[in-house]
Amino acid sequence: MIKIPNNKTPIKEQDPKERIHNFGEVVLGYTLEEAVAEANRCLQCVNQPCVAGCPVNIDIPGFILALRNRDLPKSTQILKSYNNLPAVCGRVCPQESQCEGRCTVGKMKDHEPVAIGKLERFVADWEANQGIVNIPEIPSQKLGRVAIIGAGPAGLTAAADLAKMGYEVKIFEALHAAGGVLMYGIPEFRLPKSIVEREVNFIKSLGVEIDTDSIAGRSVTISELKNEFDAIFIGTGAGTPSFMNIPGTNLNGVYSASEFLTRINLMHAYKFPESDTPVRLGKHVVVVGAGNVAMDASRSALRLGAESVKIVYRRSEEEMPARIEEYHHAIEEGIEFHWLTNPIEYIGDDKGNLTAVKCIKMKLGEPDASGRRRPIPIDGSEFIIEADMAIEAIGQTSNKVLLSAFPELKLTPHGYIEADPETGQTSVEGVFAGGDIVTGAATVILAMGAGKKSAKAIDEYIKSKKAVL
Amino acid sequence: MFEITSKEKIATKEYEIWVKAPKVASHAKPGQFVVIRTSLNGERIPLTIADFNVEKGEIRLIFQAVGKTTYEMATMKVGDALQDVAGPLGHPSEIKKYGTVMMIGGGVGIAAILPILKELKRAGNKVITILGGRSADLVILKDECEKFSDELLVTTDDGSMGMKGVVTDGMKEIVKRGEKIDQAWSIGPTVMMKFSAYTAKELGIPIFVSLNPIMVDGTGMCGACRVTVGKNIRFACVDGPEFDGYEVNWDELMNRLRQYKDQEKISLENYMARVGDLSWL
Ligand SMILES: Cc1cc2nc3c(=O)[nH]c(=O)nc-3n(C[C@H](O)[C@H](O)[C@H](O)COP(=O)(O)OP(=O)(O)OC[C@H]3O[C@@H](n4cnc5c(N)ncnc54)[C@H](O)[C@@H]3O)c2cc1C
Ligand SMILES: Cc1cc2nc3c(=O)[nH]c(=O)nc-3n(C[C@H](O)[C@H](O)[C@H](O)COP(=O)(O)OP(=O)(O)OC[C@H]3O[C@@H](n4cnc5c(N)ncnc54)[C@H](O)[C@@H]3O)c2cc1C
Ligand code: SF4
Ligand code: FES
Repeated sequence: MIKIPNNKTPIKEQDPKERIHNFGEVVLGYTLEEAVAEANRCLQCVNQPCVAGCPVNIDIPGFILALRNRDLPKSTQILKSYNNLPAVCGRVCPQESQCEGRCTVGKMKDHEPVAIGKLERFVADWEANQGIVNIPEIPSQKLGRVAIIGAGPAGLTAAADLAKMGYEVKIFEALHAAGGVLMYGIPEFRLPKSIVEREVNFIKSLGVEIDTDSIAGRSVTISELKNEFDAIFIGTGAGTPSFMNIPGTNLNGVYSASEFLTRINLMHAYKFPESDTPVRLGKHVVVVGAGNVAMDASRSALRLGAESVKIVYRRSEEEMPARIEEYHHAIEEGIEFHWLTNPIEYIGDDKGNLTAVKCIKMKLGEPDASGRRRPIPIDGSEFIIEADMAIEAIGQTSNKVLLSAFPELKLTPHGYIEADPETGQTSVEGVFAGGDIVTGAATVILAMGAGKKSAKAIDEYIKSKKAVL
Repeated sequence: MFEITSKEKIATKEYEIWVKAPKVASHAKPGQFVVIRTSLNGERIPLTIADFNVEKGEIRLIFQAVGKTTYEMATMKVGDALQDVAGPLGHPSEIKKYGTVMMIGGGVGIAAILPILKELKRAGNKVITILGGRSADLVILKDECEKFSDELLVTTDDGSMGMKGVVTDGMKEIVKRGEKIDQAWSIGPTVMMKFSAYTAKELGIPIFVSLNPIMVDGTGMCGACRVTVGKNIRFACVDGPEFDGYEVNWDELMNRLRQYKDQEKISLENYMARVGDLSWL
């Protein structure tokens, strides 16, 4: 039997000591030789457990084999036939709980799985660096018109697939830039905005019109959309930040991660004053939560010059929902983790500025509805952390701007849109939905997958409707 | 891009412009606002839709130059274009027949009170308007407001126009002479709204105020605009901007408006250093 190296082929990264002073990408990527070496670790399993672990079932052994054979055009073509945004997914997917989590190599004693995400990213970046973009042939005879609400991964994917099928597609995006969370949430050091812009430009080159500054339900009404289009896809995401609502929440220096990250990513506050939008610069920062959003917020605060950044999380390390790679990066950069700790009050000075966060220690009790052990406060364990900035990253809920303008749409008890998981069909004929607005805050790849399924269902719906006419 | 089709100076450092924004114009209602950006590096700032013309697809914005973005807007010319105009945002004002309404506007807030009082007049209300300013030249849009008001009172701090005093003096004056007010609105500087809300409470008049916290997206996605109303945190951009004046935590709002004071100063100084003399504004 051939010997497989135990560990993933190391990948070049910016030194933690340097990268905490800049917003440049942390992971620098493989060279061709490194990528081929990593591709050689793949066993080409017949049962393909990795494929089953991928929410869009990418032919993983297939693209890896082509890469191993140095046939990069073929590798690209395989990837792109499943995934419209491989350069994004290679960077942000939680591979450890998807493809890599199922990889046979990873199940072998003392072995790390194949670095599938890093290979995906390598192939996608290789294609981008060729500078030639292959624009697929688009049928000139249009099959119908589709309106897409929201230019996040769900909406962009649905738009691209429908355009390729021959539909006239118009995206309505509330913000001034397309990309959704990819643009306003995930920071530059993890996902360079030039990559998102490149993908958005590709989708435009398919003939998709993107109408930014257009708030569906406000700048254009639902009945106008129904009149002008054969079908509507809603991908408005789960963009409204939740707050813990503890005393002192409105003190200056207390942010939602959404605001903090939007200022930095969408508004480029890290370039202030070259960019007009400011963000407060915290010296001692407390971040609440331990998901990807919390990692992004804490590492951004560090890059803005914070002297200390502490993550407080009411559960333990085991329940932490962040991507494992980001967690490791955060530790390398000096973020401190305070497990089983929950803020109960923000304390401010007489000018309304935050000066400290009062926390309480927690212990884990019986499992709750989510199956995770429920955190319970320990009486009398309150303590104070001095802080001039606190950032809450405890979750987001559905944005109501569209939903309140569309009362016919049936919602789930949690306030998301009720939609068929296979088609995205909502309670209203001709209206489909997918991504975070259906599932609640989830992942880029699930949003993309939902966009793809809905594109197919919309195609079938419009064709069957036109056949009847 | 959103072209500026006309521009006029209406007071020291106060301007009105009409901007081409057909989608906003055709959906706007009194009490709503837009979020604009002057350029690619610009900040997103909220401005009230002071008027709109559906046929021409234009909206009217009235603003006071107070910082980088509004200074820059003041230097823009007819034919120039704003990078972004998004809206209409926020809940429209609740227009219906109340009976007698008291409309209080101060400073550039007069621009926000005007579309509401127009619509209230059309809905059959008796409209009593109080406009306040530090001095006569800062009382803007007086003639337009007068056209849609049954009565109009001006107060100035220095007495250079109308009654010497502040808007709350005007409010008390009108109630003292026996007028029964069914609903009031107050829009202007935060302190003015605070004290008119206190006075309205004393006088037993229900009052709406239009809050002006710092905003980013204006669509409920960030929480920058959060205010405390009663015991609850509300997002002014989607839950407001109008709220029951009795219930607002004013001191918190004023603190939050000062959040970026140092950076705002740097931004404006850099801008002035770049463009030179702006004393003409
Ligand atoms: C900080 C952060 C980090 C994350 N990190 C990861 C990660 O590492 N890996 C991962 O897989 N996932 C991550 N996620 C989650 C992931 O980004 C989301 O699950 C995904 O973006 C959802 O895609 P979507 O298309 O459903 O919605 P979104 O990306 O939220 O896009 C929705 C779009 O709709 C627009 N919109 C809303 N209302 C309207 C309206 N009325 N009219 C017009 N437009 C409207 C919004 O402006 C937005 O652009 C992260 C999320 C955040 C916030
Ligand atoms: C719903 C709403 C409607 C508004 N309508 C109008 C309008 O019609 N005309 C108009 O002139 N202004 C209006 N404002 C206020 C306007 O948005 C601010 O004056 C503007 O953001 C200042 O931007 P700047 O870059 O020029 O100044 P900055 O440098 O950002 O700020 C300079 C000064 O203005 C204050 N300021 C900053 N942001 C705001 C704000 N959002 N509200 C009040 N003060 C602020 C700061 O505290 C500071 O003292 C409105 C605000 C809201 C929330
Ligand atoms: S499970 Fe791992 S080794 Fe097997 S095909 Fe997939 S990537 Fe290759
Ligand atoms: S401005 Fe972002 S939520 Fe109101």
